[in-house]
This record gives sequence, C-alpha cells and structure tokens, in this order.
Amino acid sequence: MRREALRQRLFTRRAAVLAGGQALLLAAISGRMYQLQITESERYAVLADENRISLRLLAPLRARILDRFGIALAENRQNYHLVVVPEQAGDIIATLDALGTLIEVGETDRRRVLREIRRKHSFVPVVVRANLSWDEMARVEVAIPELPGVSIDQGVTRHYPFGETAAHVVGYVAAVSEQELDGDPLLELPDFRIGKSGVEKSHDLELRGTAGTSQVEVNAVGRVVRELTRVAGKPGQDAVTSLDMVMQEFVTRRCSAEQSVACVLLDAVTGDVLALVSSPSFDPVPFSMGLTSAMWQELSNDPRKPLSNKAIAGAYPPGSTFKPVVAAAALTSGVLTPETSFTCPGYLKFGNVTFHCWRHGGHGTLRLRDAIKKSCDVFFYETARRVGIDRLAAMARRFGFGGLLGIDIPGERPGLIPSREWKLATGGSIWSQGETLIAGIGQGAVLATPLQLATMVARLVTGRAVSPRLVRAEGLMQRSVDLASRNFPSLDLHARTLGLVLDGMNAVVNEQGGTAYGARIQEAGFAMGGKSGTSQVRHISDYERVRGVRKARQIPWKQRDHALFVAFAPVGAPRYVCATVVEHGGSSGGGGSAVAAPICRDVLLEVQRRDPARRVPGDNGIALLDALRNRSAPPGG
Amino acid sequence: MPRLTSGLGHELGFLAKLRGISWGLVLLVSLAAACGIAVLYSAADGEMQPWAATQTVRFGIALIPMIGAALLGIRHWFRAAYWAYAIALGLVVAVDLRGFVGMGARRWIDLGLIQLQPSSLMNIVLVLALARYFHTRSDEEIAHMRSLMPPALMVLIPAALVLKQPDLGTAIVLLTTGAALFFIAGVRLRFFALIALAVGAAVPAGWHLLRDYQKSRIYTFLDPESDPLGAGYHILQSKIALGSGGFFGRGFLNGSQSHLSFLPEKQTDFIFTTLAEEFGFIGGIGLLALYSLMIGYGFVIALRCRNHFGRLLGLGIVTNFSFYVFINTAMVMGLIPVVGVPLPLISYGGTAMLAVMFGFGLLLNVGVHREVRLDQYGAIPSVG
Repeated sequence: MRREALRQRLFTRRAAVLAGGQALLLAAISGRMYQLQITESERYAVLADENRISLRLLAPLRARILDRFGIALAENRQNYHLVVVPEQAGDIIATLDALGTLIEVGETDRRRVLREIRRKHSFVPVVVRANLSWDEMARVEVAIPELPGVSIDQGVTRHYPFGETAAHVVGYVAAVSEQELDGDPLLELPDFRIGKSGVEKSHDLELRGTAGTSQVEVNAVGRVVRELTRVAGKPGQDAVTSLDMVMQEFVTRRCSAEQSVACVLLDAVTGDVLALVSSPSFDPVPFSMGLTSAMWQELSNDPRKPLSNKAIAGAYPPGSTFKPVVAAAALTSGVLTPETSFTCPGYLKFGNVTFHCWRHGGHGTLRLRDAIKKSCDVFFYETARRVGIDRLAAMARRFGFGGLLGIDIPGERPGLIPSREWKLATGGSIWSQGETLIAGIGQGAVLATPLQLATMVARLVTGRAVSPRLVRAEGLMQRSVDLASRNFPSLDLHARTLGLVLDGMNAVVNEQGGTAYGARIQEAGFAMGGKSGTSQVRHISDYERVRGVRKARQIPWKQRDHALFVAFAPVGAPRYVCATVVEHGGSSGGGGSAVAAPICRDVLLEVQRRDPARRVPGDNGIALLDALRNRSAPPGG
Repeated sequence: MPRLTSGLGHELGFLAKLRGISWGLVLLVSLAAACGIAVLYSAADGEMQPWAATQTVRFGIALIPMIGAALLGIRHWFRAAYWAYAIALGLVVAVDLRGFVGMGARRWIDLGLIQLQPSSLMNIVLVLALARYFHTRSDEEIAHMRSLMPPALMVLIPAALVLKQPDLGTAIVLLTTGAALFFIAGVRLRFFALIALAVGAAVPAGWHLLRDYQKSRIYTFLDPESDPLGAGYHILQSKIALGSGGFFGRGFLNGSQSHLSFLPEKQTDFIFTTLAEEFGFIGGIGLLALYSLMIGYGFVIALRCRNHFGRLLGLGIVTNFSFYVFINTAMVMGLIPVVGVPLPLISYGGTAMLAVMFGFGLLLNVGVHREVRLDQYGAIPSVG
C-alpha cells in the first residue's frame, strides 16, 4: 500500500509538472495570437487587402490624327480574335476540330493553343486565331451556341487609311521599348503601342490620353472575383494636322514619277504645311504589327531612303535656289542697286582660281533682275564677294536657314550656313573669300532642307518670319477663324527689296529666256514665280569640263546632280509656296527647271484650284472625299 | 512485490458504466466537432459539400467506437494493448512498403470506405501499450536502464517508420507523447538528460534523413520573409489571415484569405487560421479555451483513477491530444516550422477524427473504471 501511495504521489507530482508545461504552451500560443491579431492586426489587414485587391489599368482609346478638314489619317480599327476559355470548353481537341470545320485553324495554331493552355490557368482565354475577317467572324458567330467556351474578342489596332501617302508625317506606333518607359504605368501594359515617329510621336502624350483604373478582387490564382470600383480614363485628344489630304495625295502621285523626291507645300500666310512628301515612302502598318527583319533590311538598304523624311531631314546644297537670299542680302546692305550691272564672260577669276558659270559662253552684261531670271553664277559670285560671308550668313538665317524651324514632328535637320566661326571650329582654318563666292550660288558647305527652302519663299512673299507647322492648335478649319491670325514677326526687310527679288523670280518663270519658262502656268490668274537650282553632288574635274562628260546618262545615279525648284503662286498675291528637290534628278543644262519645276507647277496649279487655305469642311469636294473613304472602309472600321 | 488489491473486485454493470461516462466531456468533444463542421461549411463558401457533410457523418460514425471503447472493461483494454500495438505497427509497415513501391508520400491504406492512416491510430495504441508496460513494472525496475529499453523501442520504431513516410509532424507527436509517458511513469530525470544529450548528438546525423522539402520548411521557418512566393508563402499567407482577422474577425463566410484561396490547406492543417480569420481573436481564444477545458477534464479523470494503468492511459491520451493542438496552432502562427499535423476534431479527415474519438473513448473508459483496481497482470484482484 505504501509503495502504491508513493507511486501515486510521484505520478501526481509529475502530472502537475506536465499540466504546468501545457499551461505554459497554451500561454505562448495565446500570446502569439494576441500579437498577430491585436498588436499587428492593422498591418496584416493591409496585406490581406493587397492580396485580394488588384488594380487594373484600363487603356484609353488612342485619339485620331486628322487632316485640316477632319479626314482621319490615323484611327483605331476594331479587330476580332477568336478565343477559347479552356475550363468552359471541356474537350479542347474536339472544340478545335469543330472550329477547324468553320474557319482555317492551322497546325501551328493548334500546337500553340495547346501549349498555351498547359501553361496558363484554365480560366485565362487563349487566342485561337487573331484578326478574323468579317466573313470568318460571321461563320463562327452562328456556331457559337454549340461551342462552349468559344467567344469572339474585340481588340483595337492602329489603322492608317492612307498607308504610305502620309507615313512620314503621321508616323506609326509600335510596342514600347525599354528606354521609353517614363513612369506612366500604361506603357507597361503588354499590348500598349506608343508613337515612334511623325505626329504619332511628337503628340504622343495628347493622343495617348490617361488611363482608367479598375479595382478588382482576385483570388490566389488571379481569377477576377468581382469589380470593386471603376474610374474611367480620359481618351486622348485628336491631333488636327495642317495637311490637306487631297493635296498630299496629289503631290505623292506627282512625285512618284521620279525616283526620289522631297516636296513641301505651304500656306505662306499661316505656315500650315499643306503637303509634305518624301518619296518613296513606306507602309506604316507593318511597323505597328512588328516588322520582319527582311522587310527592315529592304527598307534600310534602299538607296532612295524610304524611311527617311527627306523633306525635313534631307540636307542638300540649295544651289541657285539660294540666290534670292544673296540678292536680298546685297540689296539690304546696299552693295547693289537694281541698276548695278556686272559682266559675265562665263567665268570669274578670283586669285588664281577660276569660278565657272553654268553657261559656258557667259551671260554678258546684266543687272540683278536678269541675273535672277537667267541664274547667272558670275553675277552672284561678284555679289557674294561684295556682301561678304558675315552679312550673307545673317540674311540666310533670317530666312530660316542654318537652324531648326521647329516643325512639330521629330527628325528635322538644321542644314548648314557656313561662317567664319564655323570654319574655325570644324576645319580649324581661316575662312577664304573663295568660299564666300561658292556660297553665293548655294554650293560649297551650304546645306538646306526642302522645308527650309519652302519657308524661305514663304518669308520672301510675306516679309514675315513665317514658321511652318504640321499640327493646328485651332483644330479643324472653320469659317470664323481668321486665317491670317498667326502673327509672325516682320523680317524687317524693305518691301522694295522683296519686290525686286520676287519680280526676278516672276521673270524666271514667266518671261522668255527665264530658266523655268517651259514650266510656266498658262491658266489666267494662276501664274507662279520661282527659282530653279541644280546642285552638284561631286566635284567636276577640268577633264570632264573640257570633254563635256556631264550628260546625266553617263554618270551613275548616285553621282548625278540634285534638281531643285522653289515657287510661289499666284504671282500677284502669293498664298501658296512649294519647294521640290529631285534627288540626282538634274540632267546637265536644264537643271532644276527641267525636272523639279514641272512638279512645282503641277502642285501649285492644283492647290490654287482647290484653295485649301480658304476652304472649310463640308465644302464641295471634301465631302466627296469623305464619302469615298467611308465606302472603302471595311465593316466595323 | 506490491500488492495491488482494491475494494471493487467485480465487473461493473452496463447501466453503471453508462452512468459513469463523463457526459460533460462528450458534450465538449461534440462542441469542438460542431465548430469544425461550421468552419468547413464556411471554407466551402457556405456549402455543406464537399467537406462539412462528410465530416458530420464521420463524427456520427466515430461516436460509436468512442462510446464502445468507453464501455469495454478496462482489463480487456489492458490485455489487448500489446496486440493492438502490434497490429498498428504492422499497418504502418504495410503503408511504408506500399509507399516505397508507389514512390512518394503514401500515408494511408485505401479501405474503400475510408482511407486509413495508421500513423494517427498509432498514437493511441502507443499510449495504450506504454501504459500497460509501465503498469507492470515496479519503481525499482523503472529505475534501471535495462527495463527502459523495451518501451523506448516501442516509441522509436513507429516514430522512425512514420518519419520515413515521410510524416515529420506525427513522428514528433509520437516521440513527445512517448517522452511524456516516460515522465509521468516516474522515469528518473537523469534518463531524460541522457536522451537530451543523445538527441543533441543525433541532430546533425538526422538532418541528412530529412527530405528536401522538410529542410526547406525549416529554413523557411527560420526566415519566412526570404521566400514569400515559394516555401515561405504558406506561413506568410497564414499569418496575414490571422492578423487581418483582428479582434472580432471578419465575420462568418467573410474571410478573404481563405475564400480567395490565398490560404493553403484551409480545410485541413490550416483550418485554425480559417476559423481565426473569420471569428478573430475572440473565436481563436474561444476554441483554445474549449480545448483547455477538455484537457483539464482529462487531467481530472486521470488523477482520480485508482489504477496505474488507467492513470497513465488517461494522461497519455490527453497529453497526446494537447500536443496535436499545440503543434498545429504553433505551426499556423509561425512559431514552429510547418510540420503538417491536423487540428484534432476540427480538421477535415476521417482517420484523424476516428483516432481522436477513439482516444477520448479510452479516456472516458478510465473515468468509468476509476475505482477498478488492477493487479500487476491486469487482472482484477479478488477482494480480501
């Protein structure tokens, strides 16, 4: 009994220790619960919400790009994808077979679908076929009741109704690259497109709009359970360009007659770019979809540079089209009067160098008007020598050369107006006066873009520092808008000076003996004035000069001269100006007047007939074009 | 040789036994099971299927072995103890063999109706066998290391087999339960010191026996934030669920962590988290209080028992039960590594429910037979 009692006492003692140990464990558990559920409760409540609430971005609809009358140059087109939700479809193989009888589902599509299904959660829709045609969609739509899990998904792609016609101006959109991430969470959306060139790029932020958000509750595998809140985004703002699409198309078609052309058509008063063509162009659609490397190779290896916007990025020696600037500089500085005359024997000896005139026999004695009309080189050598490079360069800058004009699409190049400082900085040598003479005929180091040439003419005819623009702040053309409302500062040139130069340019085209007389406009009231130019791409050796090996057919295309022409119309009250550069288009002799002048003539004639600077939407002809567009657009577009 | 005689020398009548059952404890067990069914109902988004209904049926069925175990004469249990142990051990071996053939973790035998998981039954019969062993050994014998070898093997063999399955959680419960029985049986403290030394030496060796996922669980436990999407995910989500429950909880059927499936194993090992997310600190502490009442009840039954076998059996069962509770709750709160043991009476699972109820049956049996005296051989000594 005693042993039993001892044993029971030991048992009781040990049981008490055990109970104590368990009480301690219980206390520890309770303490931990207190810590988690009371002390740190708020932190974990936040974490729980972060778990379950997912913020989704709602991409805003990218705004359109329009021409001045509201014709869409870039718009969104709905496209349709066939998607299948695996968990609803059940037997996916049977579903694919059934779809295969309705539309074409290739073997690669099949394999891709099955692979994606294995990788993704079963509630995530998988695209079976993208970009269904209208016909295919109709066939699937009818069969959808018998195909569980199959549905048609709407997407949006960027569409350019005019394709390559305005590709350089409008630009294109493409997937966002790493460097373009600017903190806007929209850019991180997988299918988001960003403007890569043209107006699409320069006005990307306005076109893009702001994202909406949708707060959704998701479960652990990401399935959306319900939407909690929704904040609508703001769609982008349409960009109205200054282009007149009818003129753009006309100019494009006209330029396609030559290999490689840049042509700019401006409203001289407002600076509106009515047409800006760099031919050949490219199709912007593949860029949005993803370009194949073969296409890219072809485009970038083409010597005519279809990807480059030559109208703003092509810098050419302006040649004789620069002479109006030299004339203005000479008249303004007083080294020349309209009565001053020089004699041209066909060359000018300066030091021990001989500078040639384009005309072998020379022009004889002539004054400024005839010098412009006949484009006498010797006259302008002498004039430039008298003006000096400093005053010449200053005048050139006043006319918009040698710097960016600030056109509102990316890629503009400044060209070059040489000066003493420039020579020292780049060549490290002193400016020689011979270079002034060469600059006097727009050769040597002088480089100008077609846009600068057009701007020069716009400034000549208005006397104001007109700057070109591609996007209209005022929006669409309206009757009430004062079309001359842009107050460009005056160039501070005498009206007489401008008048003399313009008179010379009138003579170039409209008087017998003028270099572009053959390209004159004969319709009454539409006559244009202009100035031709032929710029050398390479040095002409004495040997070639003696042997006369200067015929275009005898030298490779890349080495042929550029043909240029700048023009304004109508001569009486200039409103439209046009500059055309035909790359390597100049044959000897005729120069710019033979190849480039006819393009300017046709463009200026057409633009005067149409008169887009004074039209408003709804005017006859524009409505017709709209109707044409709508009919050619596919369903749903 | 002590004389183990007592006043009650004869078998109790059926009605007397029925009266002797601690119905209060049965009520507490039923209450806990009801809580479990409610949480399972919520875990299935307010549906009886697939868990709550099955669990209800299982509880109803398991009541029969519980009351049966309570009513059977205690000397029969004494006599059956080693046999039951042998059968359970055989089943564990069978599962191990099958598991070996079938690759990976196989912890159960498919009996058609239920999938029997022998390791959870092993807990109860181990207590039964150890209670019998220590009942038959005198204090002097227990003081000798030689007589401690058989019970030590009785603990270590199933623990090693279960660890190989691999089921670290159950192995730990087996070992701690065994140790607790050694302790209350009066084994000298120096024995435990020796064990502690041996374990200390064996830990580096044992580390190699652990599977990679078990190792990663231990790493994750040591630094759960290091891998929030991988191995640390479960424990992090569990803590978020508990913490976001706060004081009053998020309300029945409103736990976002469990309903949106962020919580792993919300109906089995992590069911305490599901409960504490929806019912908060109040609910969690309430359940712990319920468990404490049951454990306390068990202590009282064991301490009032007049035979050593019953005392050891009762306390062993209660301790085993409490270890399940503590390991499970500590695990879901991130206090110890995730070892994968169910929360008794609450977690969804057939064998666990059956084993726990059977254990409570034995505890009730101890209560019913508290006045019965057993001699060294388990026989009821004749009066006089």
